[in-house]
Amino acid sequence: MVGGDAAAVEVRDVVVRYGGTTAVGGVSLTLPRGRVLALLGHNGAGKTSLLQVCEGFRRPDDGVARVLGLDPVGDHDALMPRLGIMLQSGGVYPWATAGEILRLFASFAANPLDTDMLLDRLGLRKFERTRFRRLSGGEQQRLSLAVALVGRPELVFLDEPTAGMDTEARHTTWQLIEELRTDGVSVLLTTHLLDEAERLADDVVIMRSGEVAATGTPAELTSAAAIEVLELRADPGLDLSGLGSRWTAAEPASGQYTISGALDTAGLAEILAWFASVGADVTAVNTRRRTLEDVYLSLTATQTPVGATK
Amino acid sequence: MIAVSLSRGHVELLQFLRDRTAVVFTFFFPALLLLLFGTIFGSESTDQGVAVSRVFTASMIAYGILNTAFVTMGAGLAMDREDGTLKRLRGTPMPASAYLIGKGLLVLGLSVAEAAVLIGVGVLVFDMPLPDAAHWLTFGWIFLLSVFACSTLGIAVSALVKNARNAGAILNVPVVALQFVSGVFIHPMSQLPDWLEKVASIFPVRWMAQGFRYVFLPDGAQTQEIGGAWNLGTVAMVLGVWCVIGLILCLVTFRWSSRDR
Repeated sequence: MVGGDAAAVEVRDVVVRYGGTTAVGGVSLTLPRGRVLALLGHNGAGKTSLLQVCEGFRRPDDGVARVLGLDPVGDHDALMPRLGIMLQSGGVYPWATAGEILRLFASFAANPLDTDMLLDRLGLRKFERTRFRRLSGGEQQRLSLAVALVGRPELVFLDEPTAGMDTEARHTTWQLIEELRTDGVSVLLTTHLLDEAERLADDVVIMRSGEVAATGTPAELTSAAAIEVLELRADPGLDLSGLGSRWTAAEPASGQYTISGALDTAGLAEILAWFASVGADVTAVNTRRRTLEDVYLSLTATQTPVGATK
Repeated sequence: MIAVSLSRGHVELLQFLRDRTAVVFTFFFPALLLLLFGTIFGSESTDQGVAVSRVFTASMIAYGILNTAFVTMGAGLAMDREDGTLKRLRGTPMPASAYLIGKGLLVLGLSVAEAAVLIGVGVLVFDMPLPDAAHWLTFGWIFLLSVFACSTLGIAVSALVKNARNAGAILNVPVVALQFVSGVFIHPMSQLPDWLEKVASIFPVRWMAQGFRYVFLPDGAQTQEIGGAWNLGTVAMVLGVWCVIGLILCLVTFRWSSRDR
């Protein structure tokens, strides 16, 4: 097979400009085979533009993109049977029914999935005879996903796959994506949903204004900081001044204490020892860590990249 | 490849038939014009004793083909390009040729139906006699060359359309203008200023209409044509050249999405 052991997606210093504006300003990323990579970012962060380069819809203005070891523009015909592409919206015959559309796209594939099975899996069976324009936004999205998967792709590009879906459909979609990974399919998806990235992605690339602000696994990105806050429930009205200057302690509600500061293992032990020494009865202990959301917000709100490695 | 093209053509046809506004207004418009013109001027005859309604019927087939091939193809392509259908199809293993063949099947089917409706109106309403087999054979090649030339030119012109909602208006400008100067609405063409006659003769519409008049009018009517003859050889040559020009323009200007250059 051509490019058999190449990465699913390899992007080096890719630049995309629309006239005078730079949508993607020199992005590099790698998606190894069989993994799920989430491109996270606000609207306009350059996620879709980068995806379009990988899909071969546009040539990068600078830099190189290789998909399954091939050039997405030059090797378009060789590449397409191996890719599944889910666009953000549009592009389906509005007067055709869901069943007709899926069967049309299945007819393009050498060895398509069973269309009835896909309709069932995505909860589209009852819309088989419904015209596309009569489907709701979430139903159209599910059909788009079915269209992307019907050709048994090795690599799928999903542009905001769960946008407009209800909770149930979103969970079905997540399950499907997890099954794809189990089957060894590589997935590059864009999202601005943090729980989606946290649940699905092996690797997360956070984009801001067309540049990579941070990359890493969800765990790496969130564990860059240790425990941030310790919450305790104990007897109300304790005099916290004896706790020591290494921590900031407060009692926001009666009997509920929040402590921040040096929260390494020794620090935690020392805090609990202090509570014991004043004879307090600790009934609950809870730690709060940085979530992907905190990382994301801190990265996308500030002007300069902070936190994880670039 | 053939199966893919056929399934594309199938969806195209379903798409067209279900969009009833398109069917009624686009498809039946030439027949409506024919009924109007034929009824208003029908009682008159040309110097050769041919009913004017018959002349209109023959010439209007050229308009029918412009309508189904040039306008429908051009507007459909502009629409597919704008709403992302073309782009989505580009993201599948479907070969580009299957897309165009699918569209071509729709246009060919529509053009045959359009010609049948116009001929039907001529026969049923205006008592136009049907020609013999040899004339039908001529009809066949003029028809196919016309559909091919008009479709490829429609594809090429669609690249100029920036906003698909304006496509119909933009595409109809050359269609309506050429009909006035090409002997469809105003016949014989000798009524036109000399220079306009020459300009019109560059374009295919004049030759399409002239060819169809050969098929459906008695031989004596050729005195009404420029040069007093049917000139089928020139018809074939001009239409053939436009097929080549159309194909080249269509290959050079074809774009998959409205944004990339």
